[in-house]
Amino acid sequence: MGRDSIVLLGVNHKNTPLEIREKLALSSGYEEPLNQLRQLRSLKEHYLLSTCNRVEVLFVCAEPEQTRREVLELLFAGRVSWEDLEPCIYTHFSSEAVRHLFTVAASLDSMIVGEAQILGQLKEAYRHASEQKTAGLILNRLLHKAFSAAKRVRTETRIGASAVSISYAAVELGRKIFGDLQGKQAMLVGAGEMAELAAEHLISQGIAEVTVVNRTLERAVKLAARFKGQAASLDELLEQLAETDILISSTGATDLILSKKDVASIMPRRRHRPLFLIDIAVPRDLDPEINTLDNVYLYDIDDLNNVVEMNKEQRDREAVKAKRIVEEETIKFMRWLEAMEVTPTIVELQAAAESICQAELEKTLSRLNGISDKERKSVERMASAIAGKLLHHPLQYLKSEHECANRQERIAVVRSLFHLNQDEAS
Amino acid sequence: MSYLLFLCSLAAYWAAAIFYAVFFVGRKKKVRGWGRAFFFTAAALHTVNIAARYLEAGHTPITSIHEIISFFAWSIACGHITFRWRYPVKNFGAFASLVVALLMLAAAFAPHEIMPLPPELRSWLLPVHASISIVADAFLALAAIGGLMYLIQERQLKQKRFGFFYHRLPSLDTLDTLNQHCVSIGFPLMTLGMIVGSVWAFQLGGQRSWGWHSKIVGALVTWLLYAGLMHLRFAKGWRGRQVALLTMLAFCATLVTFFFLLLKGGGS
Repeated sequence: MGRDSIVLLGVNHKNTPLEIREKLALSSGYEEPLNQLRQLRSLKEHYLLSTCNRVEVLFVCAEPEQTRREVLELLFAGRVSWEDLEPCIYTHFSSEAVRHLFTVAASLDSMIVGEAQILGQLKEAYRHASEQKTAGLILNRLLHKAFSAAKRVRTETRIGASAVSISYAAVELGRKIFGDLQGKQAMLVGAGEMAELAAEHLISQGIAEVTVVNRTLERAVKLAARFKGQAASLDELLEQLAETDILISSTGATDLILSKKDVASIMPRRRHRPLFLIDIAVPRDLDPEINTLDNVYLYDIDDLNNVVEMNKEQRDREAVKAKRIVEEETIKFMRWLEAMEVTPTIVELQAAAESICQAELEKTLSRLNGISDKERKSVERMASAIAGKLLHHPLQYLKSEHECANRQERIAVVRSLFHLNQDEAS
Repeated sequence: MSYLLFLCSLAAYWAAAIFYAVFFVGRKKKVRGWGRAFFFTAAALHTVNIAARYLEAGHTPITSIHEIISFFAWSIACGHITFRWRYPVKNFGAFASLVVALLMLAAAFAPHEIMPLPPELRSWLLPVHASISIVADAFLALAAIGGLMYLIQERQLKQKRFGFFYHRLPSLDTLDTLNQHCVSIGFPLMTLGMIVGSVWAFQLGGQRSWGWHSKIVGALVTWLLYAGLMHLRFAKGWRGRQVALLTMLAFCATLVTFFFLLLKGGGS
């Protein structure tokens, strides 16, 4: 009875540059590579995950080292040279592989820790594997456990609730002010990279429209086209501000572009709707005094960094909890897997006892004439009771944890004691 | 019999308040479920209590101090329950249940015997006036609770110190909307209650005590404050901090009026 191993190999955003990940990504969908892998006889079960941050293969096989090479060649041959590929690939075996999968599912290995997207991608990938019937007994259970581990992490820790970057922090603050960002108007003043990123993030949260204001109108028009928004010149700033809910400012101007008086003057026109101003320019674009106005919330880059820092601390605390959950689930799964290992022996042992019982009963009963059905039944019961009692301790011995003999040894002992080794060459 | 129901609902309100408070600190969803279950149970028991007391007394139980405070607590509880379906406000239950539980405790300390109604109070206008006014006050109380939450949250956002409350309180917009809805319901009801009250006062004629006058003045001041609040919000577009502050100020005036009423030992 050879022991099957769970193997996970892949590349992710941590140790593989984007140029290589791009080439390795399974852009043609899951069907084709899953079917290709099926050609490999050594694979018993397999599953594939491909996202923009990672490509991972998970499989069960008897000979991990050799199969690993075969899988890599089959999947990635011709895409990247072996010299480029080899240092990027990480390979995990058995409990390491399980732990890694659970960590990924719980979004602890994501670029933005705690983001929820990965679980959906994982489920999608698993759906393909189960449709193609490439996932069997072990992988089915493993992936379901991965989903439930991820769910536990999500409900028992607050890792998903934490913001990690400036734009996340801005969105989180915006939510505390507006409740929902759906349908809100945003304005970009100046066009830095960070401002663009923040705007993109806001749009993904359902912002209705982005207006771009810039010193040179041409650049504003270009950027506005990217966000499908409007462009305006700097002279119209106040005019536009009356319609805006969220403003992100990042001009290279050395002076303030908005004073407290400016903002105060437009508030009645806005009917005092809240205004969220984000100043990520250095030196600052917006007068810090603006924050003293009612219904106006001004955050500069340091304030946002504080939010990020605060969330980081909280996230680290939560990550400890999350890792503990992943660890627990890994141990549970490995127990199940090990119990699986003894299952064939238990089944064989019980079958052997059963066949001995049957044979002996047949011999005995044929010689006993004129016994009633009831008596016959009780003889049968006695035979199986004796067999059951005799097997009780060997079975306990197989199932329970022993300090002096590991599972493999115990299996071997029981098999040779009961002569269950006919199917093996040894 | 009805008092036993009262005690049961008192206990259930406290259980709800404690569960909500534990959820507020620990944020475990299961705990909130328990809080809700206890709160609904308490409100149901309380409803039965009021109905039973009505049958026992033979008149609407809004005459003694005990009854008035209890009815006030009941209205807040029902107001909160009706609101939480349409405008879910995160962690509002923690605050509302605490206020209700405290009011119930206050009611428990007031003498709860059923007193025969003095003849001058035997008018069908009394229960109408009293119930409308108390329900109005309940909505204004909810608005004030929302106002307090708003002020706490606004302070966190303005000072950029994100402490204990920042993560636990809902967004400013949610709280402002809650305030708007509660005042929009409370103010017309209050006006209606006052109209019924003055019709009744005319019916009564004479018999005016010191408490009666101070109550009238208190009610007028309160009404003017809320009228001003409505004007500022809907005509001038005010919102946010000033409105929250004004809501709380106006509610203080409501409480003063309420206090005058209780000084007289209930009644008109």
